Amino acid sequence: MDWKKTGNLLKPLVPWLIPALIIILWYLTTLPGMNNTLMPSPDKVLIRTVDMIGNGQLLEYITVSAGRAGKGLLLGGLIGLLLAFMTGLNRGLDLTLNTTIQMLRTIPVLAAISLMIIWFGIGERVKVYMVAFGVFFPIYINTYHGIKTIDKGLMEMGRVYGLSKVKILTEIILPGALPSILVGFKLSLGTMWLLLIASEQIATDAGIGYMAMSARELMQMDKILLSIILYAILGKLSDAAAGFLDRKLIRWREV
Amino acid sequence: MIEVKHVKKVFGKLEVLKDVSVEVKDGEVVVILGPSGSGKTTLLRCINFLENADSGELTVGDIQVDFKKASKKEILAIRRKTSFVFQNYNLFANKTAIENVMEGLVTARRIPKEIAQKRAKEALNWVGLSDKYDYYPSQLSGGQQQRVGIARAFVLDPEVILFDEPTSALDPELVGETLEIIKKVAEKGITMIVVTHEMSFAQEVADKVIFMDGGVVVEEGPPEEIFTNPKEERTKQFLSRIISLEPTYSI
Repeated sequence: MDWKKTGNLLKPLVPWLIPALIIILWYLTTLPGMNNTLMPSPDKVLIRTVDMIGNGQLLEYITVSAGRAGKGLLLGGLIGLLLAFMTGLNRGLDLTLNTTIQMLRTIPVLAAISLMIIWFGIGERVKVYMVAFGVFFPIYINTYHGIKTIDKGLMEMGRVYGLSKVKILTEIILPGALPSILVGFKLSLGTMWLLLIASEQIATDAGIGYMAMSARELMQMDKILLSIILYAILGKLSDAAAGFLDRKLIRWREV
Repeated sequence: MIEVKHVKKVFGKLEVLKDVSVEVKDGEVVVILGPSGSGKTTLLRCINFLENADSGELTVGDIQVDFKKASKKEILAIRRKTSFVFQNYNLFANKTAIENVMEGLVTARRIPKEIAQKRAKEALNWVGLSDKYDYYPSQLSGGQQQRVGIARAFVLDPEVILFDEPTSALDPELVGETLEIIKKVAEKGITMIVVTHEMSFAQEVADKVIFMDGGVVVEEGPPEEIFTNPKEERTKQFLSRIISLEPTYSI
């Protein structure tokens, strides 16, 4: 038997060893006879999952939550990008705006939640705005940084070889700032889920946060656990999407 | 012909160029030597308007301008006649070697893509990179990157190529191959102004050597004269210091 070959085949399984172990331990500690009111057994969570897939609730909640996250990300991200390009490229705007934005950044976003509720109520809007507010900063700061640290030599080269302002923007500034913009994007994904969870627990009638909140009131531990697992899966998925974008957009950086 | 007359440049309180005049005839290779801070790179950058000189006159071919009063159009016209090879190559990291060479042709000279591609290939072949068309700069060595930089300057068919310390950022073992390419450019009869520290290159390739120090031209003349029989004390000191330090490259 070729051990090396078998080893190579098993290699992709190695990262999953510990999660599997945790699930087994989880199962063992929740066996009948153990106290399992605070921790539901894995099979109970599984049954609940199948159940909720069956009646369509799960899909509905995920769609609602992902929709809020996406809208917030789009709104906050676009404003962040736009403002960063304005302050990054124009010295006057940089002078007037940047300090203010950097100051606002130090506010913990969650601290704004009370203010947001009073301003925007407890409807859909407040959730999207919270997410937008949160993702704005990582995207703004990293884009700004990316533009400010563009290789001066390349800008000179553009001038020497007679490139127009538009060409300098599309050929030098944009590709130069792109790695940094993507870093901001990745950071903002983390913030996005965090703020979504917080704002979905305020008052809602749909979404994963609603699912967790209503389950808490009814002491449905399996449902709470399921909502946490869902957030973990969504987080991992968005991370993978960002990684994919990274490889697609800046393949010239590798090697 | 390139002629710089009475150029002056001040950075804050520091007078970097104090009334410098230089003349370069067509097809001539001029090497500018001098210690760091002597103003040689600033002089080169002023010729290309990367630095705005405070006063003086510049002639490139049939264009004559006053450094202070040059219009955008005149600056562009002068840039069209000159190419620049940078110390740090300054290649587009997100473009392949051939795209880097084509860029100036396509965007600035508005030459159709197919023709630009053909000429870029010829230029890359000529600098010995015929197998590296589709490589990104990060996949090339420093010497190869600088050869792309030289091909990019050369492909525009300029009246003069300005080299700003083209081998200073390179590992010692790559300096030779790069100098060899620059020598090949010189043999084509293209006018060149080269700022460098490579004495053996200056000795072998230059038609005229200009020695600068403290923002003025201290001495100029054919290399055999400057290297074997310098008139000025400062030139003697500089040469004895450099030559005792200099490693030798075969080019």
